Amino acid sequence: MNPVTDVSTIASPDRPDGSANRTGLLIIGASQSGVQLAVSLRALGFDEHITLLGDEDHRPYQRPALSKEFLQGKVDKENVIFRSADYWNEHNITVVKGERIERIEKAPDGSGTAFAASGTQYPFSRLALTVGARARRLDVPGTDLDGVVYLRNADDALDLKARLGKVREAVVIGGGFIGLEAASSLHSMGIAVTVLEYGPRLVGRAVGEETSDFFLQAHRKRGLDIRVDARIVRLVPSADGRSVKGVELQNGGVVPAQLVLVGIGVVPNTELAEQLGLDVDNGIVVDRYALASDGTTVAVGDVANIPNPLPGAPDGERIRLESVNNAIEHAKVAAYSLVGRREDYAGIPWFWSNQADLKLQIAGLTLGYDQTVVRHDEQRGKFSVLYYRDGRIIAADCVNAPLDFMAVKNVLAKGQNIPAEAAADPSTVLKTIATDG
Amino acid sequence: MPTVYFTDADGSVRQIEGHAGDSVMETAVRNGVPGIVAECGGSLSCATCHVFVAGDWLGALAPMDDMEDEMLYGTAVDRQENSRLSCQLKLCDGQDLHITTPETQV
Repeated sequence: MNPVTDVSTIASPDRPDGSANRTGLLIIGASQSGVQLAVSLRALGFDEHITLLGDEDHRPYQRPALSKEFLQGKVDKENVIFRSADYWNEHNITVVKGERIERIEKAPDGSGTAFAASGTQYPFSRLALTVGARARRLDVPGTDLDGVVYLRNADDALDLKARLGKVREAVVIGGGFIGLEAASSLHSMGIAVTVLEYGPRLVGRAVGEETSDFFLQAHRKRGLDIRVDARIVRLVPSADGRSVKGVELQNGGVVPAQLVLVGIGVVPNTELAEQLGLDVDNGIVVDRYALASDGTTVAVGDVANIPNPLPGAPDGERIRLESVNNAIEHAKVAAYSLVGRREDYAGIPWFWSNQADLKLQIAGLTLGYDQTVVRHDEQRGKFSVLYYRDGRIIAADCVNAPLDFMAVKNVLAKGQNIPAEAAADPSTVLKTIATDG
Repeated sequence: MPTVYFTDADGSVRQIEGHAGDSVMETAVRNGVPGIVAECGGSLSCATCHVFVAGDWLGALAPMDDMEDEMLYGTAVDRQENSRLSCQLKLCDGQDLHITTPETQV
């Protein structure tokens, strides 16, 4: 364990009128994108005071491990903290924990004041919204029973971990990344896990059918009970009516569970943007430079609806990306914007998900694909799907196949192509068949 | 306490006191050492924490597994004999480690 040094917080107002000192940039959301924005601004020479404000009672931390290494007890909280207290202090960045902003008043020049639930006011010269998204709530009878949990933030993960000692059977509702990661973690800890997916296939929103099928087979082989097209009627209470004891399906069956983990996607936190009158449509709508519709506020990361950043994507195509990589790259774009520079989104979007011994890496975006090529090396346990649009490669899902992932990521970055016909043989090394133009 | 000496591509050196059990990557990132990005936070998915380990120290480290080996073929600056992913290098008490960061990670 590292010594725990807490960062400075504005627990009490700096001034008698209940307001903090005016900050150069107020970043609302001490998230991956909020942290990156602050760090990138300092790297660019932005020298005004920065306030990084979050509503959780934790120092800024990384979320990805919560459903994996942290849940499994392989890393602890100190391992997921972004930066030391010294780093923030040395860089003139004030980190505020446990403060929820309820309302913002803004002038046309971009300055304004944010009003916290605590009563403290935060005056700012510029505003950044890195407020992320929240877990979508399940809408069936019984969700208020004890034992029904979500997994989005550190408190969720700590609560979940504290419950596991009493759990023999768990149901995971939702066969997306979070659901399958958590299901794999719970299964590795000796819990019998059933995954209930509403749709006809796993991870339907992020990967194509071939990858869904691969994961379905692979997880069933590893011991998860997975049911697709599952229709949930209600969560069944225990005899005393307080805790959950199972999940009732439309076909009449009840899957027993002392824990029900819901992972059915997220909803972007757009309330502050709406209150400010910013354009909102599946997230806060921003231009190529991360600027919201008022032309001064930047919105970054999971909450932002951005122009498709993949090189060569059609004009006007938009997407909201929920990923670490996007939080980082989009924050860099916003940092440039805040210092008056116009820089395009750099790099190729990529994603990862670790589920048991299955390491999935995704390069690119599958939006608009019209052809796939599957590379499956069963003996070595490697599986990749390459996605094409009008004959050009645009993305790849790679399971335990880092060479394929790296090759496709590099090809996309260089504007090269990988001919579909030549890629089908899994023994072909992809980077050797890349073609220019 | 273990000590890590980070030399960047321009030759300037930063000395960081680390904690036993932490990785070289965590030590660098938490203290804001430029030159190590570590997008994936240490889950061996991104190859943006690539470092070169000074010769004397290379042999003292735990050997790399297949996944790290394959990931090193995708680094932004080409791998060399002494390349490692710093998320896989755990610090031990009393250890000194000298590493060089590449010019770029992405």
